[in-house]
Amino acid sequence: MRTLPRILLLALLLFAGAAFAQAIEPLPFKDHVEELRYQHLTAQLRCPMCQNETLADSNAPIARDLRNQIFQLMQHGRSDAQIKQYLVDRYSEFVLYDPPVARNTWLLWFGPLLILLAGAGTVFATIRKRSRAVTPATSPTAHATVDEGDDW
Amino acid sequence: MTRLLPFIGFLLLAGLLGFGIWWNTGHDQTAIPSPLINKPAPDFKLPLLYEPAQTVSRASLMGKPYLLNVFASWCIECGVEHPVLQAEAPTLGVALVGYNYKDAPDDAKAWLATHGNPYSVLMADTSGQTAIDFGVYAAPESFLVDAHGVIRYKHIGPITMDVVNDELKPAIASLQQEPH
Repeated sequence: MRTLPRILLLALLLFAGAAFAQAIEPLPFKDHVEELRYQHLTAQLRCPMCQNETLADSNAPIARDLRNQIFQLMQHGRSDAQIKQYLVDRYSEFVLYDPPVARNTWLLWFGPLLILLAGAGTVFATIRKRSRAVTPATSPTAHATVDEGDDW
Repeated sequence: MTRLLPFIGFLLLAGLLGFGIWWNTGHDQTAIPSPLINKPAPDFKLPLLYEPAQTVSRASLMGKPYLLNVFASWCIECGVEHPVLQAEAPTLGVALVGYNYKDAPDDAKAWLATHGNPYSVLMADTSGQTAIDFGVYAAPESFLVDAHGVIRYKHIGPITMDVVNDELKPAIASLQQEPH
């Protein structure tokens, strides 16, 4: 009598596996290298519909269509760069998670560096100012001016 | 002066964040500007929804401007824009070409029977393959194509009366002023 529930459980587990296999829509990759290339490529591209997900992660219908399209383009021997260009031609540079370095993206790429440099400049200037102020700090008046700056 | 520095920094940051909020309320964050504007419409060849044996292509629609409206029976926003299309299609001055996107033909026909059919030409892209060439990612989307087959304007999302009056009609008027 105890075997029946076990068989049922086993059957359920098997069905669960089948459902999962359908959910991940297996593509007929010819080898593991091609599969890794596909996964790497789709992870670098942004789904135009659900904008904070990669094409690899997204469940949106358009993401599924574009994944299939990428797979087809790979079968036709297109390179990663060609596939990216194919999508950029249709969906604009928005689909690239790494925007290309161009005139209109200079601020995006180098802005953080500018802020870092400005911060470093400020720190450097402050240290120099303080070290100058501290050296003649023997007189009480000079001491007062240093305190002024340190209040906050 | 040095006492005020943190306060000034705070004001600058608050200003930047405030600008971000103001900017985002005026812009649709989900609309991606199409790279196809002012480029030739992609070459396509699709069957008519009601007569699948006949096809429509980019070449067969050349010669007169048209508004290509991507819709589907499963698309909720399409139901929102549909009354506007029904009312405005005769006054637009260009043909309204329907593009049934990733739909079961029977569902599309039933939907049009319920809501009305404003389209003078109606093609069906059941697989959604051609839509990728148009950069379609979410129905409804509408493309204004000129007499030379060049995409001149695109609207993502439902066409409202405001869109018709503020964007679509001016865009059509500027097409009609051009020498042919």
